[in-house]
Amino acid sequence: MQQELVPSKDKTSVMRSTWLKGFPGTRPGDLIFRGMTLVSVFIVIAIVVGIAWILVADSMPTIRQAGFSFLTRQDFDPVHDIYGVLPAIYGTLVTSAFALIFAIPIGVGTAIFLVEYCPRPLRMPLAFFADLLAAVPSVVFGLWGFLILARWLQHTGQPWLQQHLGFLPLFQGPPLGVGILAAGMVLTIMVLPLIVAVSREVMLTVPRSQREALLALGATRWEVIRHAVLPLSRVGIFGGIILALGRALGETMAVTMVIGNQATKPSLRLFDTGYTLSSVIANQFGEATPGLFLSALVEAGLIVFLITMITNILARVLISCLGRRYAPGVKV
Amino acid sequence: MLLRAWKRVQLKQSHFNRLGSALLLGLVMLLAACGESSGNQANTTSCPSVNRLNGAGSTFDNPLFSKMFTEYASTGCHVHVNYQSIGSGAGINDLLQNVVDFGATDSPMKDADLAKSKNGPIIHIPVTLGTEAITYNLPGISSQKLKLTGPIIADIYLGNTKYWDDSAIKQINSDLSLPHTPISVVHRSDGSGTTGIFTHYLTDVSPEWNSKVGYGTTVAWPVGVGGKGNDGVAAQVQSTTGAIGYVELAYATQNHINYALLENKTGKFLPPSLDGGEAAATNVTTIPDDLRFFITNTSGDKSYPISGFSWVVVYQNQSNAAKGQVLADLLWWMVHNGQQYAAPLTYAPLPDAIVKQDEAKIKLLKCGNSSCYKG
Repeated sequence: MQQELVPSKDKTSVMRSTWLKGFPGTRPGDLIFRGMTLVSVFIVIAIVVGIAWILVADSMPTIRQAGFSFLTRQDFDPVHDIYGVLPAIYGTLVTSAFALIFAIPIGVGTAIFLVEYCPRPLRMPLAFFADLLAAVPSVVFGLWGFLILARWLQHTGQPWLQQHLGFLPLFQGPPLGVGILAAGMVLTIMVLPLIVAVSREVMLTVPRSQREALLALGATRWEVIRHAVLPLSRVGIFGGIILALGRALGETMAVTMVIGNQATKPSLRLFDTGYTLSSVIANQFGEATPGLFLSALVEAGLIVFLITMITNILARVLISCLGRRYAPGVKV
Repeated sequence: MLLRAWKRVQLKQSHFNRLGSALLLGLVMLLAACGESSGNQANTTSCPSVNRLNGAGSTFDNPLFSKMFTEYASTGCHVHVNYQSIGSGAGINDLLQNVVDFGATDSPMKDADLAKSKNGPIIHIPVTLGTEAITYNLPGISSQKLKLTGPIIADIYLGNTKYWDDSAIKQINSDLSLPHTPISVVHRSDGSGTTGIFTHYLTDVSPEWNSKVGYGTTVAWPVGVGGKGNDGVAAQVQSTTGAIGYVELAYATQNHINYALLENKTGKFLPPSLDGGEAAATNVTTIPDDLRFFITNTSGDKSYPISGFSWVVVYQNQSNAAKGQVLADLLWWMVHNGQQYAAPLTYAPLPDAIVKQDEAKIKLLKCGNSSCYKG
């Protein structure tokens, strides 16, 4: 059972060669348009390089003074000009990981339901709801998290977890409401629509023939999903997850409002307060005086930038591996 | 509550909108300048050619400054002051980079920052003062019932005192039945002059705090939960049994938050008040020449110990004479007539002694070879 999923190699190579050949003597409109697209590309590149340059240049004072210890120290202490962001790096990674762990199954599950099980009249309104979640500004999630979720956690959620699962290190410590758990939960909700929307669109592109072929072989609904829909849309779903991870890593406002903003020693305890790199910047920037303090905040920004870049590169590599496995023709 | 939180979010976002608002401001000024050149030339001769000033800094000052500057625009030469409450540190930055005419800060500039000035000396002018309340959440213990001392608060914020029925707290609150509830410490997560004054108080009363943490608008808190803004702290305190936090007095009174009586240097237990702040400012023993000083933990029966000034910072040598003159006039007005707007907004008016000092400072502003202030 072989199926072409991506435009064949020939087609892309044809496109590429016309691009190269087309330069001399085609119509002026073409040339102008091509020039404009080229300029846009350079603008994008210039912006990214410019941001990276400023981040590196402005964080030089702390890079020189603190060096590698900036990444390993626990205290961020402007009074004594000692800066370390280990808890913030940990908080950034943990809250994002938490969000993905919960958002992936829920998001992909929602998408599967919308595409495969949902009665047709309900599909549009339900999808609309999921998309609406993406349109809510992050401060609103923050407000909701701070005023409702955190309080509920403090008075109901966390005591319940402690009572029933308190033997796990995850659920120890005083219930404060705000903390890693609340931040992770808010992030889960925030990244959910990205995963749902992308997964849904990708699943809709799985050819009908694939589904029908499996059904013809006597597969159940679940087997169709398991052996046709999911493998064929895997790359796309993964792309959605990367988008979600990007948002989770960089999210500032909502997280700042619920994470507790107290650097604590990295631990497994979800009830602990935490810090993320972006919320360090958001909290301290207004009062940061020029010099090492400001430079430390810029370096925190640089680290977010690097983390995002590394995860993106890893994701590309993974996608290309997945793509190679499944693109030439899917073996079911 | 929602509204308050929303306001705070807007406030916070404004830190990030600096560049945007600076650009917008530039645009507006450009437009305004274009508009003026045709219209306003036949003005009274006594008014200087400049009628716009830009300031930036402290968020604590913002409500007072908004009121003052609105009033000021309708007096005399109709000078409009654009004030951006982007935080004290950012205000200092803007002054150092010469993008504003004055900065406003809740903690005096440090020597290192003063040294960064490329335009000569910077003058500190106290313009208002505020006090802070210690707020708590103990069911059954209403406002102004709990008594606290400096060393006790320091021990709580250091994480040394962990329960409300600690012997030190019990000893001064023999009339209360304190529960064996863990103390949940709440502090500001964002850099703030409120934190600057509070931590300065703790360094005054606790050698351990002084050596371990120190004071500043942002410190490395040993324990606790960080809340954003006064309302972030208040909300966290209100939702956590056994919590303790610190907020500005204006915030505490407007929102009917429980606060503690605090022991001052002479052993009197006082609630936070404007009078207490003013007394603290009056009773300060030595006022340094540059007016960079804290008034935490001053002596005197009526002095409330967690009080502090807020300053306007300006360059002594004004490069633009017309602007310097307008600035000097504004500052003069702020420390005199402007003070009438302080009390209604829960800021303490400046004591006379400080006003005298301010006058001397304002006269020091130089436009070329002469003083900017013509009086």
